[in-house]
Amino acid sequence: MSLFIIVLLPFLGALLPGLMIRAGRQVCYTTTMLVTGAAAIGLATHAPAILRGETVTAKLDWLPGLGLNANLFLDPLGFMFAALILGIGLLIVAYARYYLSREDNMGEFYVYLLLFQGAMVGIVLSDNILLLLIFWELTSLSSFLLIGYWKHLPEGRQGARMALAVTGMGGLALIGGMLLLGQIAGSYDLTVILERRGQIQDSPLYLPALLLILLGCFTKSAQFPFHFWLPHAMAAPTPVSAYLHSATMVKAGLFLMARLWPVLSGTPEWTALVAGAGLLTMVLGALIAIFKHDLKALLAFSTVSHLGLITFLLGTGTAFGAMAAVFHILNHASFKAALFMSAGIVDHEAHTRDMRRLGGLRKLMPITFSIALLAGLSMAGIPLLNGFLSKEMMLEEATHTTLFGSPMLVTVAATVGALFSAAYSFRLIAHTYFGPERDDYPSHPHDPGAGMWLPPGLLIIPVVVIGLFPALAEPFVKLVTGAVIGNAAELPDAHLKIWHGLVPALWMSVIAVIGGALLLMAFRPLSKAWEAAPRPEAKAIFDDVIAGSVALSRGLTQRLHDGAFTRYAAIMVVTVVAIGAHAWFTGTAGLPTREMLPMTPIAVVAWAMLIAAAAFLVAAHRNRLAVLILMGIIGLMVSVGFNHFSAPDLALTQISVEVVTIILLLLALNFLPNRTPAESGAPRRIRDGVIALSGGAAAAGLIYTILMSDFPLGTISDYHLANSYKGGGGDNVVNVILVDFRGFDTFGEIIVLGIAALVIYALTETLLSSKVRARLLNRGYETEQAGDAHPLMMVVLTRVMMPVVLMVGVYIFLRGHNEPGGGFVAGLVVAIAVVMQYMASGFAWAARRQRYPYHGIIGAGVLVAGLTGIGSWFAGVPFLTSAFGYFRIPPMQEFELATAMGFDLGVFLAVVGAVMLSLESFSRLARRQDTEDSEYAMDIDPSRGAELVPGRAKEEN
Amino acid sequence: MIDLSLYVALGMVGLAQLMAMVRLVIGPDTGDRILALDTMVINAIGLIILGGAIWGTQIYFESAMIFAMLGFVSTVAIARFVLRGDIIE
Repeated sequence: MSLFIIVLLPFLGALLPGLMIRAGRQVCYTTTMLVTGAAAIGLATHAPAILRGETVTAKLDWLPGLGLNANLFLDPLGFMFAALILGIGLLIVAYARYYLSREDNMGEFYVYLLLFQGAMVGIVLSDNILLLLIFWELTSLSSFLLIGYWKHLPEGRQGARMALAVTGMGGLALIGGMLLLGQIAGSYDLTVILERRGQIQDSPLYLPALLLILLGCFTKSAQFPFHFWLPHAMAAPTPVSAYLHSATMVKAGLFLMARLWPVLSGTPEWTALVAGAGLLTMVLGALIAIFKHDLKALLAFSTVSHLGLITFLLGTGTAFGAMAAVFHILNHASFKAALFMSAGIVDHEAHTRDMRRLGGLRKLMPITFSIALLAGLSMAGIPLLNGFLSKEMMLEEATHTTLFGSPMLVTVAATVGALFSAAYSFRLIAHTYFGPERDDYPSHPHDPGAGMWLPPGLLIIPVVVIGLFPALAEPFVKLVTGAVIGNAAELPDAHLKIWHGLVPALWMSVIAVIGGALLLMAFRPLSKAWEAAPRPEAKAIFDDVIAGSVALSRGLTQRLHDGAFTRYAAIMVVTVVAIGAHAWFTGTAGLPTREMLPMTPIAVVAWAMLIAAAAFLVAAHRNRLAVLILMGIIGLMVSVGFNHFSAPDLALTQISVEVVTIILLLLALNFLPNRTPAESGAPRRIRDGVIALSGGAAAAGLIYTILMSDFPLGTISDYHLANSYKGGGGDNVVNVILVDFRGFDTFGEIIVLGIAALVIYALTETLLSSKVRARLLNRGYETEQAGDAHPLMMVVLTRVMMPVVLMVGVYIFLRGHNEPGGGFVAGLVVAIAVVMQYMASGFAWAARRQRYPYHGIIGAGVLVAGLTGIGSWFAGVPFLTSAFGYFRIPPMQEFELATAMGFDLGVFLAVVGAVMLSLESFSRLARRQDTEDSEYAMDIDPSRGAELVPGRAKEEN
Repeated sequence: MIDLSLYVALGMVGLAQLMAMVRLVIGPDTGDRILALDTMVINAIGLIILGGAIWGTQIYFESAMIFAMLGFVSTVAIARFVLRGDIIE
């Protein structure tokens, strides 16, 4: 099966559980199993090749210009991780089937789980590091959804947010690190990067890249000091904890460290950072775990500790360390997932996870007990179980490692870590299962059905089998180790064995186990001392940091952006003028090189009127309606000006935009008082006046300079003029720029336009049911209202105009490619034609005759534009490349058709929809409960004879 | 001769435009201002058409047509606002 399909299967399959849940829980569960199973089978088909030592690749160029190729490759390391993800995934899916209660939405759970699974498989199979980053972020997002799955629990939501904040921050750092790495290596393909060890380690950017990448790995894998999120993520349902927080996601950081091991490891920085952090995390996590009473909290901190152990092994930078790390990843995944699931069973049956309320479950739940016992002893490092083997290798490695100049430090710390580890493992078993049976369990516990204990039971098989016959695992572990170390080191000549002779590691192990047992015996007094000792509370610190940064950014934004438009306009103008002045005085501007145009009297008149209107606007600015009228005048003069200076496109657009703006503002003015109250004193007005004048003077000066001098490098318009017909098949340069040269920008713009209209719609929808609206509607009008709501004159006039305006719209649209016009102007014109009907005959009357919702029209527009763009792919050219040709249908003359017209149609539809949706939303706000929906187009209609007034007509009927 | 008359017409429409502007400024009430705006739109159409005749381009006439077709919508909208408050009811 192609690697692409393996990665895509969980993503595509994620659609299914959400739909299948309607057919029942069993169907939903079976579907999820099938999806995961299919991916697992797909992976298994590659197993023979992988075991032969081959690498499977799948290549697809995505954005080669950015170095982003969707290349996948499967080597033994990726295979091991993918097998863990999909294999344990199957068990978790089965376990969750019985774990989730009837109240939980199982479909939603499986959707998230499959999304996570796909993202995780994506990480381990990516060949391109940019692609890897995308999957990396996806795991953060999907784990956020999974941790917060129980939305009603505040701990779940807080834990999810914390996990997202920490891993998301790490993800950002990782992006920086990976980009640096790609820059150094000159490629973003892992297979290439892994060959460039010398080049990367000699680079001055090695250290920053290393720091950023490690930040990403440490946050993901919960290494000190970022370990605190993992215990809080335990608010998730247990299947999630078992899957994400023990077996897979937290190992993504380890995976990345292992993946980049050949190029990053071996330097003193690497050893100090990675081995140091790993060692510290191992000891600290194990220490805290001992004193946790919650089963899952204990397991969470023990996971932190074991992740630290693996990090330490990778950090030593030796091939033996890498081999031990690989082996422990396998072992830890098996026994820890089993332990989590057994803890979930206890929780499920006894309704508590608090060890102080448990104990004596040995006889009550014999099956669960056996599973937990074997897995727990493996975690403690007892011989004949797999945990012992890799822990021995870790201790062995520790005796050979020198950190911070001290050879003993590592040995002692590793022994202490192993000792603590043994202690909490023993406590987990002793305090849950041994001791006397109690009669005060919240619910009487007994073993669950096979559906729940079988998944952890299956995981115990490798725990025991590898523990007894380590040689079975040796070829595979060595194969994976070979993939980790690449050609950076020799494969170690060591074997996986139970008995290595009386080596120091064995003595350390003996000390650890005996010490752990002793620690457990002295648990009560120690626990008291621990509770009494002051400890930093990670969540409180985290909350403080978050609150602090929120306060800081809020303080900053509030000063700049306090909701008063005058404030930010002032800040913006002052900044721009200051920067402009700096540029002006430090740069060089050429002297005027152009002649002034002759001054015609008519131009002087227009100029004088513009100035007069603007000046009067300032004087009359408190009268809102007068301002609007004056804005209309200015718009009028500007459009005449555009026309005069040979910009007919702009003139057309300006005229129609003016009309729409005035209608929109009038709709808004309906809710505002007629006059703006005076709020500022004289000093402030003087200050604002100075700012405004300096801004205006600066803009005028700049425009004068630009108009009077030639561009040093020639203008872009020459290029457009020369290429518009050749490249885009149109004579109208403005339109060709919009739909062809900058077509992608236009595509983005119509999407933004549509979003803006939808936001207006959403905001008014919220307002519709709010108190604000009630208050607005209850206000009295300042002046008396005229009687005729839908006057005859206006209705007749708009009806007559409608077809004319529509036809003009079509005309402007069709000829847009070669002459002034195009989709944008046509859209505005058509929207005005429609809005006229709304104004004349009322909202209800017009809305009843409008069959297609405006949202749909916006969507159709974006879709049509997008499809036109995609269409060019079928011709084998990039997105939105346009083609054109000439056609002749007999009775007509030859005419031109360009694909750009399809795109322009999309623009047209999006503009119509967006304008109408925002106008309609505004007018919906003003409607009252008691507004009578008129059946007739006009209030007084001579043709209705006696039924002159709708009210009277009803009475007579 | 035609040129001269065109220029004279242009000047007179420009003058009318200025006077409408004066009416707009002095008011005194909103009704006057709305009428001034409407007159100015009409005058603008005149200016554009005369300009088109003088400089001999047909593009001008299209803008004039759009003005004629849509210019009244703003006037009607403002008038509705003054009369009823709500322009779409």
